Amino acid sequence: MLFSHKTQKRILPFLFMLPGLIFFFVFQLFPLIKGFQISFYDWQLLPGRVSEFIGFDNYLRAFQDQVFWRAFKNTLVYTLVTVPGQMILGMLAALLLTSLPKGRGIFRAIYYIPVITSWLIVSLVIRYLFQSPQGLVNYFLVEVFHIVDEPIAWLRQAKTAFVPILILGVWKGIGWNMVIYIAALLGIPSELKEAAAIDGANGWQRFWYITVPLISPTLVFTLVMLLIGGFNVFISVYLITGGGPMQQTEVMLSYAYHQAFDFLDFGYGAALSYIMAVLIVFLSVLQLKFLRKPQEI
Amino acid sequence: MILKRKWTKTIPLYILAILGAVIMIFPFLWMVSNAFKADVFVIEYPPKLIPEDPSLVNFVEAWSSNFFQLYFRNSTFVAILSTLGTVLFSAMTAYAFARFQFKGKEVIFTIMMLVLMVPDIISIIPRFYVAKSLGMRNSLWGLIVFYIAGSVPLNTFLLRGFFEAQPRELEDAMTIDGAGPFGIFFRMAMPLAAPALATVTIFSFLGNWDEYVWALTAIDDPLKRTLPVAIYSFQGQHGTEWGLVFAAMIIALVPVVIVFLFLQKYFTGGMTTGALKG
Repeated sequence: MLFSHKTQKRILPFLFMLPGLIFFFVFQLFPLIKGFQISFYDWQLLPGRVSEFIGFDNYLRAFQDQVFWRAFKNTLVYTLVTVPGQMILGMLAALLLTSLPKGRGIFRAIYYIPVITSWLIVSLVIRYLFQSPQGLVNYFLVEVFHIVDEPIAWLRQAKTAFVPILILGVWKGIGWNMVIYIAALLGIPSELKEAAAIDGANGWQRFWYITVPLISPTLVFTLVMLLIGGFNVFISVYLITGGGPMQQTEVMLSYAYHQAFDFLDFGYGAALSYIMAVLIVFLSVLQLKFLRKPQEI
Repeated sequence: MILKRKWTKTIPLYILAILGAVIMIFPFLWMVSNAFKADVFVIEYPPKLIPEDPSLVNFVEAWSSNFFQLYFRNSTFVAILSTLGTVLFSAMTAYAFARFQFKGKEVIFTIMMLVLMVPDIISIIPRFYVAKSLGMRNSLWGLIVFYIAGSVPLNTFLLRGFFEAQPRELEDAMTIDGAGPFGIFFRMAMPLAAPALATVTIFSFLGNWDEYVWALTAIDDPLKRTLPVAIYSFQGQHGTEWGLVFAAMIIALVPVVIVFLFLQKYFTGGMTTGALKG
């Protein structure tokens, strides 16, 4: 035996963890820490150039940067629209499907398809649907419903370019919320609702005074997860508008990405990412505090 | 009378449910429909959902176009290796957390959970720096190692509970029969965890196969592209040839469907498992 029994026992767990931990530390944890360092530098990517330590300059710069504030506002708008949108529609879908006597499984699966489809596919399809002048959305608006006279140049004007992104954000998330809400709704003892019905409560009252309080942990869980997801919005913006036209639809993370990889300003991009990270970790900590045991992970 | 009331109540519900289903799958139907239209018809106006003259031209052209098969191979290589790595290393790490007592156990676990909260995209800039420093840019291995690293914390967390729930008596029995810890892990703990491992496998494969942002950032060499990056640039090159782009997307879905069908018998519930980071 190479080692004593005791030593063996002590190193055994680390033998099991070694590969996982090496990957985790080198390619996950280290970059996170390195990124924090980069955010304090005027970082030079090209070999031979010296990166200069500039303290909080990158962070201060963000607060004076108009595009940063616009990106911040867009991120907030995205979150404030898509979070309630997903929760309300997800809940309606869950209520609808739980009241179906048959065929719930099939509908559940269909509603879940957008959730598991990659962002790349749905983003490209949305871009296709919102094409101008000859996209399908314009066709319905102009030719079928006669809501507008002229096709709308959705992605080319600042006012409308964010609309497809919002619609995609809500549509893709309905199924995720629905699946979680269905599980929660089925967990409510039916006697409670029956008793309330006998006492003369109507459907809305039963929902508001019995169902909602009983599933409130689930509601809070989805709320926090969706807030985090909302702040994280990136790929759809990057693929649908690229932050355009003229940086009007940038969100925080797309702006950080563009700063780093289009303008090669790594320090500023890293600082923007870290502002975002602080917000997201703050939300996560809130979740841990309010929800010791999330029902669904 | 009772029967009648029931009917009038449920039929509107089904109409609503079907309407919802249409909204959920219409974009996909539209995509499939256009993939089957030879290119001339794709920008037809007014649009038609059912192609008048369905053809496989787009699929053939996409499959045989520039390097598509190479991208398909690249994606397969990356997705398979990173999924194997993720499943094996996450399971080993989770098993250590579940079965052994050691110093720093909870500290390491807490660090992992904290990092789990920070979305991947936040660290994309320093990851680029790390990949560049290690000479891993423009290499498929540079994708694989970061995909594995990114999946280990979540899957360790998921599998830890699973291993903790496994009965210790079986392990004790195997120890008495002379099995070492690795023998127990590979011959008993892993097979017993098959349903959980199947779930992890499916969602890892799905995530690795679809990953776009890191692959776009880390790879400049057109020969090292993976399918999502290639499909997106396909759309750029072929401008309005959407039928071709959609056909390419549908071909790219085939391996995902295969993995799903292959593993679904092990796959018990937990459809929401992978939705956390995605």
